[in-house]
Amino acid sequence: MKTISANKITKIVAELCIRANLVLRKDVLSLLHNAYLKEKNSRAKKILQAIIENAKIARKEKLAICQDTGLPCVLVEIGNAIKINGDLRAAINKGIESGYKKGYLRNSVIINPLLRGKPKYSPGVIHFDFVKGNKLKLTVLPKGFGCENKAQLRMFRPTAEINEIKKFILEAVKSAGPDACPPYVVGVGIGGTADYACFLAKKALLREIGRKGQSPSGTVPSELKGDLGIVLGLERELLYEINKLNIGPMGLSGKATALAVNVETFPTHIAGLPVAVNICCHALRSATATL
Amino acid sequence: MKIIKIPLRKEEVQELKAGDEILLSGIIYTARDQAHKRLAITIQQRKHLPLDLKGIIIYYCGPAKTPKGKIIGSCGPTTSSRMDKFTPLLLNSGVKGMIGKGARSKEVIAAIKKHKAVYFLAYSGCGALLSKYIKKATVFAYKDLGPEAIHKLEVKDFPLIVGIDSHGRSVYKN
Repeated sequence: MKTISANKITKIVAELCIRANLVLRKDVLSLLHNAYLKEKNSRAKKILQAIIENAKIARKEKLAICQDTGLPCVLVEIGNAIKINGDLRAAINKGIESGYKKGYLRNSVIINPLLRGKPKYSPGVIHFDFVKGNKLKLTVLPKGFGCENKAQLRMFRPTAEINEIKKFILEAVKSAGPDACPPYVVGVGIGGTADYACFLAKKALLREIGRKGQSPSGTVPSELKGDLGIVLGLERELLYEINKLNIGPMGLSGKATALAVNVETFPTHIAGLPVAVNICCHALRSATATL
Repeated sequence: MKIIKIPLRKEEVQELKAGDEILLSGIIYTARDQAHKRLAITIQQRKHLPLDLKGIIIYYCGPAKTPKGKIIGSCGPTTSSRMDKFTPLLLNSGVKGMIGKGARSKEVIAAIKKHKAVYFLAYSGCGALLSKYIKKATVFAYKDLGPEAIHKLEVKDFPLIVGIDSHGRSVYKN
């Protein structure tokens, strides 16, 4: 049994909040660079350059990448050989509060969604998962609401064709249009229940983007078979189709409408096929630590 | 690149075309969801407004906290369409320009045309970069709203794109 103190968790969560909001993920920055190099539309190129410059300034001057420092979403993977000394949830929320204050991030959390009132720093939305081993993995994903507002869920019939699902995802991107800071990263969750599909779509944003096997060729390679093959093929086809929409950076046309599509799946019920889409702006921010 | 100073001149606004890139200098005021709601209620109840709306430019923005030694924190635009239901009323009350991101409703486009106003787009998701163009920042009204308070900002060569011009033409295809 390994014991971890609540204080340590608070400290780590605070650091993750700051890092996620100030330092753009390497994979995101790298795909932004690629998009910049590939872009032919001069305005789109100029906007992508501003986005990359923004990330540099944020990192160098310790400014938030975006003023919307998000609703802090925290994923906690707890090993079965871990003992936590103290209140884990309280420790995480304390960490959010301290990190957001220390990093001069924005207080965007409304305690009562109906009464509204002055924004606070916490609580975050926390997901707990139990895994094997003696590690504790903490991930902070500050999710901006310009793009969170564009999330969609549809409960398909189990006999739905893949093309119907693709159409739904494409329509979700189209309806986000210029509003949610394209180029987007599109998270898709397929399977589980209504709520779990939404969680998977969000979780998909945490997977490294632009992984090998994902290129906008628009075809499913024959060597890819089985579940992973279907998922990879779907990711490729969707990315290809989305980037034909010509929404482009800031919605002012261009090739780069999405940087990546990440699909996550989970077993589901014989009577259903839930599909959720979680769109993320180009400032896809997250940071992880393993204790 | 056109250089535009606030207050906006009538002829200058009429010459702007959707898609034009401009550099804006002068005083602008931030207001987003809750500030819009309050302003709209105040106008409807014919009560006293905390600022004179005549000729002003509203920036849809809720800045991050100001780090020590900085003028302002990250301060990019928020999604404009959430303000659509209040915009015709504010334009009718004298607002001349708006800065935000994304598309607007048909009603807003019609109101922009009617009042010969203008809607600008700021580089979206670039709040750190945009903070460099702000020379002065103070909380002006509705302080209790925190980041949603009305901030008075002095901007210098703030880079913008005309999203909807005074003739009702939009930079977006649809």
